[in-house]
Amino acid sequence: MSISIEKKDGLCKMRVETDMTIFNAAELKKNLLSDLGDCSALEVDLSQVSEIDTSGFQLLFMIKREAVLRNKDFKIASHSPATAAVIDLYNMSDYFKG
Amino acid sequence: MEVDLVRQTFRVESSELLEEMEKSLLRMENSPDDTDAINALFRAAHTIKGSSGIVGIETVERFTHVVESVLDKVRGEEIRVTGDLIEVLLKCRDHIGNLVDLAMGDKSPGPAMQAEGQALHDELSKYLKGGDKKSPAGEATARATEDKSEFMTECGRKVKSGNWHISLRFAPTVLQDGMDPISFINYLSRLGEIVSLITLTDSMPPAAEMDPEICYFGFEIEFRSDFDKKTIDDVFEFVREDSKIHILPPKSSIASYIELIHNLPEDPLKLGEILVKGGALTKSELEEFLQQQEEDARPIGEILVNECIVHPEVVDAAVAKQTQAREVKAQEAKTIRVDTGKLDQLVTLVGELVIANATIDQQALRLKDGDLIESASAMARLVEEIREKAMQVRMVPINEIFSRFQRVVRDICHNTGKDIELVINGGETEVDKTVVEKISDPLMHLVRNAADHGIELPDARVSKGKSAKGVVTLNAFNDAGSIVIEVSDDGSGLSRDRILKKAIERGLVTQNQALSDSELFRLIFEPGFSTAEQVTKLSGRGVGMDVVKRNIEALRGTVDVESSESVGTTVRIRLPLTLAIIDGFMVGVGESSYIIPQDMVVECIELSEADRQAEGSRNYVNLRGEVLPYIRLRDVFDERSDLPTYENIVVVRYAGRQMGMVVDELHGEVQAVIKSLGRFYRAIEGLSGATILGDGTVALILDVPKLIQSVEKTSVYR
Repeated sequence: MSISIEKKDGLCKMRVETDMTIFNAAELKKNLLSDLGDCSALEVDLSQVSEIDTSGFQLLFMIKREAVLRNKDFKIASHSPATAAVIDLYNMSDYFKG
Repeated sequence: MEVDLVRQTFRVESSELLEEMEKSLLRMENSPDDTDAINALFRAAHTIKGSSGIVGIETVERFTHVVESVLDKVRGEEIRVTGDLIEVLLKCRDHIGNLVDLAMGDKSPGPAMQAEGQALHDELSKYLKGGDKKSPAGEATARATEDKSEFMTECGRKVKSGNWHISLRFAPTVLQDGMDPISFINYLSRLGEIVSLITLTDSMPPAAEMDPEICYFGFEIEFRSDFDKKTIDDVFEFVREDSKIHILPPKSSIASYIELIHNLPEDPLKLGEILVKGGALTKSELEEFLQQQEEDARPIGEILVNECIVHPEVVDAAVAKQTQAREVKAQEAKTIRVDTGKLDQLVTLVGELVIANATIDQQALRLKDGDLIESASAMARLVEEIREKAMQVRMVPINEIFSRFQRVVRDICHNTGKDIELVINGGETEVDKTVVEKISDPLMHLVRNAADHGIELPDARVSKGKSAKGVVTLNAFNDAGSIVIEVSDDGSGLSRDRILKKAIERGLVTQNQALSDSELFRLIFEPGFSTAEQVTKLSGRGVGMDVVKRNIEALRGTVDVESSESVGTTVRIRLPLTLAIIDGFMVGVGESSYIIPQDMVVECIELSEADRQAEGSRNYVNLRGEVLPYIRLRDVFDERSDLPTYENIVVVRYAGRQMGMVVDELHGEVQAVIKSLGRFYRAIEGLSGATILGDGTVALILDVPKLIQSVEKTSVYR
């Protein structure tokens, strides 16, 4: 499994444990979305992501947008240098802050 | 996923470019003012830098960047082309090659490599500092300002912003193609400052429909840079084809922004806001635009013409691009790149076709159907033609590898202080591609040997009464179904005494054995036999002549040496033209059929009764006054059937030596598709392969050179 999930009182804590690149984008997408249904809030831990490319970044955007759409709280609990850099590069830190 | 494909393309491309660099550098060494060579060199370095950045190989990109800066100054005649500079640049070129190789194996450079890179970097910096005071960036500024002033005078209303505006909508497949917008933006940020970047996310469909491998995001970038439009344009060279890339120079006219907005897929109003937010347009400029939109029903094209937004540099670039495209097209029409695997498949199939055709031929003959025989022979003719053409497709001029040796010889000259000229003859001789690849290393070794051990230092040469400049000659030509490659030098030659001494030391010959020159010289191909008195930097390190010989024999070739002391040495390699199909002469011994390569067969004679009687006391016959040694295939391959009433001798010749082979029957010419023997049979001497005959039986292909050698051995050591 590329993502470890911990659920408690409707809060779903996900920790991405692989790189987020085009090579595993399809699998990541499935895993990211799979548990969104049965929780009210989502916290994503990206601290283990040592490499992320645009496809990985698109997935982050997608999951955040989906969470907001379904009225769930979304938060990135922690970043790795790589994820922080890409969000910074794409000038999207405001989007992921709220 | 096409990531591997892109990397593969990069690898092929970069190796071609590196070769180009080397060629240009060597040309510059002879004529330092050759602007074509300088430009080609710059272009090659520039492209390597660009594409390595895009494939994401930073080590290569960073290093090549510095090389490129130096070359830019060379091009601008700020740095003079000197021998030292070329030496450094050649080393840089090798370093880039090493970096590419490492990156292709997903390895990062070790400390030694890093140190080497740093050292080269330092050397290059000297040139950068030494030249003009102006830094490359400063120079670019000057150029860019000129360009700007040129179009400023021409056009009307401009926006206030002094930044470039870059609008990027990548092709949806950009990620699958192994490229990442991040690399482009990173690369862009090296050319200037990204003032603002807005990511457009609107085109991403709802989560369920979103394909994670498609690129949905678009980018609007405000960019400050002193580079010219061409340079910024070139950043996107690799993705331009399917992507929408718009680059507006600073102070472009409002109309160009109108055009931009119209060309983008997003809603014009939203785009307008984004442009204001990023600082490309001011609020009032946007309002003006909106107003114009309402009032003006004029087609956008007309606005464009009136506002004269087309900018001379862009036109130039476009024209250049078109010419380039046309040139590339013309070249494409001449050659296409084909996977050698595909070609091999084709040749294999043609081989099968030859066999199938032989079957039909036999059937037709058996049925005695005249029409069928005729059609079969018509087909045979066509198959023969296809076979020839298919083999030709695989042929490449040997010059492909010969030209690589210029550099080798040049380096040896530099390192040893010798003066050597490499002369190439017959570079256009064509050889099978597989042969070319496999012969490259052995040849390299021979050329090194010739230059490093063969040719003497200038002083020594002069004192021997030779010219100070030594000559190494590479000579290739076709000779009766084989290709001959000669590596000669006019150097010191092999020393008989030294080889003999060494051979006795190693117990290869005994003290009082009388050896002819060719027998003696052949000893240098024995494993571990090196007479070099000192191991130099360039050769004499482990890989010996025995490896050369082994490699050549693996190609069914032979190698021999001629040498005379202080006059020079010639190493002659003889290789079959092709590896897949041969014209053979079929003979029968007992129940079995054997095939002798046709071009080695000289004639067939009957073994006379008198000679048969004399057998045992001598194994040779008198062939028109000459001694012809022979072997009995019957004995060699242990055929136990009864002796026939008559026997024949097939006279074969290889590399100047003749021999007879005694067989039962002569069957005549056949085309044989060579199949390699199974692992268990490889060790058998005297066979080079097998083939399947028209009737489905197997015939063995004789390895004539080996058989001749075995005869010689017995006669030499007896």
